[in-house]
Amino acid sequence: MYQRGSIWNWRGWGPLRALAIAALTLIPLLVVLASFFDQQVDAWEHLAAYVLPGVLWNTLVLVLGVGAGVLFLGVSLAWLTAVCNFPGRKFFSWGLMLPLAMPAYVLAFVQVGLLDFTGPVQTVLRGWFGSSAWFPPIRSTGGVVLVLPLAFYPYVYLLARNAFITQGLRAVEAAQMLGYTRFQAFWKVALPMARPWIAGGVTLALMETLADFGSVSIFSFDTFTTAIYKAWFSLFNLSAASQLASLLVLVVLALAVIDQRLRHNRRYAVKSFTPVRIALQDGAKWAAAVFCAAIFAIAFAVPMVQLVVWVVDVWKEDFDARYPVFLLHSVWLAGVAALVVTVLGLLLSAIHQHHKDNTTQMIVRLATLGYAIPGTVLAVGVFIPVAWLDNQLISLAAWFHWDVQQILKGSLIVMLAALSARFLAVAFQPIDAAMQRVTRNQGNAARSLGLSPKKVLLHLQLPMVRGGLLTAALIVFVDVMKEMPITLMTRPFGWDTLAVRVFEMTSEGMWDRAALPSLAIVLAGLLPVILLIKKSESGFH
Amino acid sequence: MVFNLFNEIDMTTRFNPLKRLFPAIVSALAIFAGSAAADTVTVYSARNEQLIKPLFDAYTKETGTKIQVLTDKEGPLLERLKAEGAKSPADVLITVDAGNLWHASRLDLLQPIKSSVLNANVPANLRDPKGKWYGLSIRARTIIYNKKFVNPSQLSTYEALADPQWKGKLCLRTSKKVYNQSLIATMIATLGEKRTEEVVRGWVGNLATDVFADDNGVIKAVAAGQCEVGIVNTYYLARALDKDPNMPVGLFWANQKERGVHVNISGAGVTRAAPNAAGGQRLIEWLSSETAQGIYTNDDFEYPVNQKVKPDSIIRHWGPYKMDLINVSKAGELQGAATRLMDRAGYR
Repeated sequence: MYQRGSIWNWRGWGPLRALAIAALTLIPLLVVLASFFDQQVDAWEHLAAYVLPGVLWNTLVLVLGVGAGVLFLGVSLAWLTAVCNFPGRKFFSWGLMLPLAMPAYVLAFVQVGLLDFTGPVQTVLRGWFGSSAWFPPIRSTGGVVLVLPLAFYPYVYLLARNAFITQGLRAVEAAQMLGYTRFQAFWKVALPMARPWIAGGVTLALMETLADFGSVSIFSFDTFTTAIYKAWFSLFNLSAASQLASLLVLVVLALAVIDQRLRHNRRYAVKSFTPVRIALQDGAKWAAAVFCAAIFAIAFAVPMVQLVVWVVDVWKEDFDARYPVFLLHSVWLAGVAALVVTVLGLLLSAIHQHHKDNTTQMIVRLATLGYAIPGTVLAVGVFIPVAWLDNQLISLAAWFHWDVQQILKGSLIVMLAALSARFLAVAFQPIDAAMQRVTRNQGNAARSLGLSPKKVLLHLQLPMVRGGLLTAALIVFVDVMKEMPITLMTRPFGWDTLAVRVFEMTSEGMWDRAALPSLAIVLAGLLPVILLIKKSESGFH
Repeated sequence: MVFNLFNEIDMTTRFNPLKRLFPAIVSALAIFAGSAAADTVTVYSARNEQLIKPLFDAYTKETGTKIQVLTDKEGPLLERLKAEGAKSPADVLITVDAGNLWHASRLDLLQPIKSSVLNANVPANLRDPKGKWYGLSIRARTIIYNKKFVNPSQLSTYEALADPQWKGKLCLRTSKKVYNQSLIATMIATLGEKRTEEVVRGWVGNLATDVFADDNGVIKAVAAGQCEVGIVNTYYLARALDKDPNMPVGLFWANQKERGVHVNISGAGVTRAAPNAAGGQRLIEWLSSETAQGIYTNDDFEYPVNQKVKPDSIIRHWGPYKMDLINVSKAGELQGAATRLMDRAGYR
């Protein structure tokens, strides 16, 4: 079959290739798993009796609630802005991506601040009615489940929109020709065809939800991650914390395998599209506009206004010559990380598509688990092997009379490797969804023309997955800008970023003073968002 | 196989330029990893940067010693020190609570220092009996009340807030914050587990609303009348009053007729592997001096450990207070027990 015997063609290389990339995630994961050698009976008895029952229930509710929320928001908004026409569509198509740049903890803090008993909303209501006791408490299960999807829906929105833009209308047209109504066409054709994208987006949203600590703690809502940090910071028991974190990883892995089984044997392929939008009629078009405007306001405009108000208040005491440097560091780090992680994600996806054996598929799954581990735990998992290796290198350097305190540690290579371990899933999901689009026939045709798989990747797959690559790079860029624990743990001395600044202010409860770096993060994150939209819109005439 | 191997060799030669470039890239990226000069002190700090930078700037100005700081949470900082072991570049560890200093010394990450300066400047209950760490500022945790609803004469002790008279009127911060764990730890040390658990259960029964994520939330809730009393660190109240002097929130020094108000510290110790231990010790000694202690209290409204230094004017009108003289290391020793007790009592 293959005319040229290339090393690339030997299918047995799959697991090894996958491992080369997965090692970035696997090594810290193994460090975390190694905690199982250190039995913590006392801590477990306590946690099992008083902590776990509550947090397990909370986590289940949270995952179901956030899952349903991001599905509803992400898919409906993506469908409206990708294939329908209504007043303001052009603005909303990019405006609804902006919440991606808003850190979830900022959104949570602002919404809780506004809607809690002491916030302006209830204060005004008390002024009118004398009491606001009837107002539902925001720091509650309902509050978390309502607010977190507003922070995480952009993952689904971005990916689903990508799917709808490249296939949605074509699918609806075809289905209508077969006698389906437009509604049926959406449910029976367009939605199933977009499934890899939607599943990828929901996966990202749920992994981030599971790993989240900052936002849920603002609601005083205890999740499994809360238990992990309780074991570590309150009981001084990192082993028990790591064991809990490993369990979390296992659950995510199980979900990933189930998802893989469900998707098994499905092909998601499409050839081209004809760009004509569905024009919504009277009532529907205004309803669509109001819906989009409401989500945009709650998830982005309102917290943005609050940030600006705080910044006006504090910028004089906070802004100094170091801010341009923080900004430069943030943008530089996010940019390089976006590039590196996207390339790694592309390679991983290529391996995933090329080698269908179970071992390779499993290793690929493992490689993307870094996103589901609470950041601080992963940071320690990264740091321990790096410090160990560094100590060996320092000893080696001493032989050559090179007196040095750190070699790898505090270098940007380690920082990038650690960020890759965390965000590989973020790049992999959109790229792999797009990769499934390249039809088997197209690949086979190219191969029968004598193109090597490498050339197939470069000349066929790469151009076809451009949208996926851009989406991947964008999300990684924005996520790295917001990321705290790994940046804190692996940064070189003095190499502070905007996120580090946010951490320092919020660690002492100075939320208003964290507004300046937060606003800078949001603004810097907007640039690639707008860039991406320009690209994705260019498909339509 | 042989065929494949040949191909592999072929590939590597083709990518040769890249291979030559690689070491160059590595060294370019590793540019930040340098060794520190002798007149530099390296600090790992859980106290946030804007609160210590003025101090370090003043120290550099006065002595010429450069200070290199790395901030992070306590947990990761301790793991960092542990993993770096004997090769750690850190000289000094700074935290904002006694529990983590106690934990660091238990992990053998700190070394004892002998310093007559520190022994003179830092009261005995605010430093490690073995000299491994020293308190540098006092963080008192006490009762606040809404002036419209509460007469201070109704207040007495932390324990009294468990009385049914405060049902639906108490606001607390989450038990996951180390400040509450320290408070409960010292209560366990004086009152015993059983009595402390009764008190905590009483508090939980009296809560007006779910626990708050931070002290600011408690202060706002007391000010708005959502609840009438709460327990917070004093500097949070000072910051709030600094912004809005008309806030109807008063401060009450708890347990004055008995053991005194609970205090925690922010403090520092010289690390076990410090390359510049002497420099680290000099820095900590200077931080306990009158100059530095003045900056501590004026910048963040905390109480100075050095009794020769007057507190900032904003907090001076709360008057002198009697502090619990139990050694703050107890807070670390009993932190685990305190956490478990609060879990049992349903204090989230």
